[in-house]
Amino acid sequence: MSDAAISLPARRAGTAHPQLLPLAVRDLVLRFGETVVLDGLSLDLGPKGCTMVMGPNGSGKTLLLKLLHGLMQPTSGRIDWAGQAPRAVTHRQALVFQKPVLLRRSVAANIDFVLKARGRDVARRAALLDHVGLAHKADQPARLLSGGEAQRLALARALATDPEVLFLDEPTASLDPASVLAIERIVSDARARGVRIVFVSHDLGQARRMADDVLFLHGGRVAEHSAASDFFPEPRSEPARDYLSGRIVV
Amino acid sequence: MQSIGEAFGLAIALVLSGDADLIEIVALSLRVSLTATALACLIGLPLGALVAIGRFWGRDAVLIVMNALMGLPPVVVGLLVYLYLSRSGPLGFLGLLYTPTAMIIAQTILIAPIVAALSRQVLEDLHAEYAEQFRSLCLTRLQTVQALLWDARYSLLTVGLAGFGRAVAEVGAVIIVGGNIDHLTRVMTTAIALETSKGDLALALALGLILLVIALGVNAAVQSVRMTAARQAYV
Repeated sequence: MSDAAISLPARRAGTAHPQLLPLAVRDLVLRFGETVVLDGLSLDLGPKGCTMVMGPNGSGKTLLLKLLHGLMQPTSGRIDWAGQAPRAVTHRQALVFQKPVLLRRSVAANIDFVLKARGRDVARRAALLDHVGLAHKADQPARLLSGGEAQRLALARALATDPEVLFLDEPTASLDPASVLAIERIVSDARARGVRIVFVSHDLGQARRMADDVLFLHGGRVAEHSAASDFFPEPRSEPARDYLSGRIVV
Repeated sequence: MQSIGEAFGLAIALVLSGDADLIEIVALSLRVSLTATALACLIGLPLGALVAIGRFWGRDAVLIVMNALMGLPPVVVGLLVYLYLSRSGPLGFLGLLYTPTAMIIAQTILIAPIVAALSRQVLEDLHAEYAEQFRSLCLTRLQTVQALLWDARYSLLTVGLAGFGRAVAEVGAVIIVGGNIDHLTRVMTTAIALETSKGDLALALALGLILLVIALGVNAAVQSVRMTAARQAYV
């Protein structure tokens, strides 16, 4: 599977696009009626690496990803992708959802759809499927794939757009260890090729393996944002300490 | 007037003999209704898709009108088309009244709202599943519509079937704009009505049997396609 990674074109860097990173988020608030989901959240993301977004359910991780990706509008606050608004840069990013949304087509047709929609060369499909270990399933119906295979197809489809930023919303939830490993390899390869990764996960082991920095959310705020090398041995915030020690954090 | 048993016997003999008049009537029925269904799909499917993905002022009113038009009375459609195509009507110069083309127009008007309303529901459900992914991929409206229509193709077959069923079984509109002229605009339903009124139950029953067989055959074919698609999780 990983042998084919070298056949993937490098991320399109140095094009006419202005820089996408660093990202600056300031005082982000998201309300649904009276319910405050994100409560004045601020953060900065540098140009490289993998940021693990962690925190208990309901802390706003998924919604934060959707806001950063431009799929939602905040109630107030500012999201600044190096001077550009989220909606203006959605096409330079990709998001893999926790439950992959696969088209009612073959595996190959799912990739072709994205390549054609983005004006890319359909000949890239073979390399993409090879890269995620699905070349032998190209003609199979996508919706009959196993959970791990479906998620790898969703990743291949995301990579087909040549994203500069790849958002991953718990892509390995409910998957077996082999599938988790396969997906982590694909993500690591993307990071090595310069794709900025923002990865939501509840899996501490995965966070330790993948993270360059950890963004820990609690109650719609950033409880802690620090380098992985600092976060795991010495978390600064109370919720993060409780979370890492296995205590229930609500 | 024949007894029912006698009429059935004569009807089956008529079908088996390959009666030329019978074949002509059946062929015209299929030509008119299939063409109307195809045209209604060309109009109704994109319309249904646009309403399914669109969020615009007055959308609820559009939905109400679309759904209400599903129940258009055929005789009213026939009358309106008649008024437009009659010699003194705005389209009278085309000389289409009492031709198969007029029948196709009437049936298209009758079933296009059915196709649009049913496809809107199918496509809206599918769009609810795909919408966030499509926005993430920054698809254009046209790309979204194309993708939805393709991915819902097997469900839309059933929508087309509903339209065809309505068209081929309809009598009110085609008798007004077609006139039930022998060898020109006589279709199965108008022939059944005429032969029944004349007391020739054999021909009426024969046509009725063929109508039922066509309905069953088309349904079976579509169901078979859908089942194959369902096995591949394409539905």
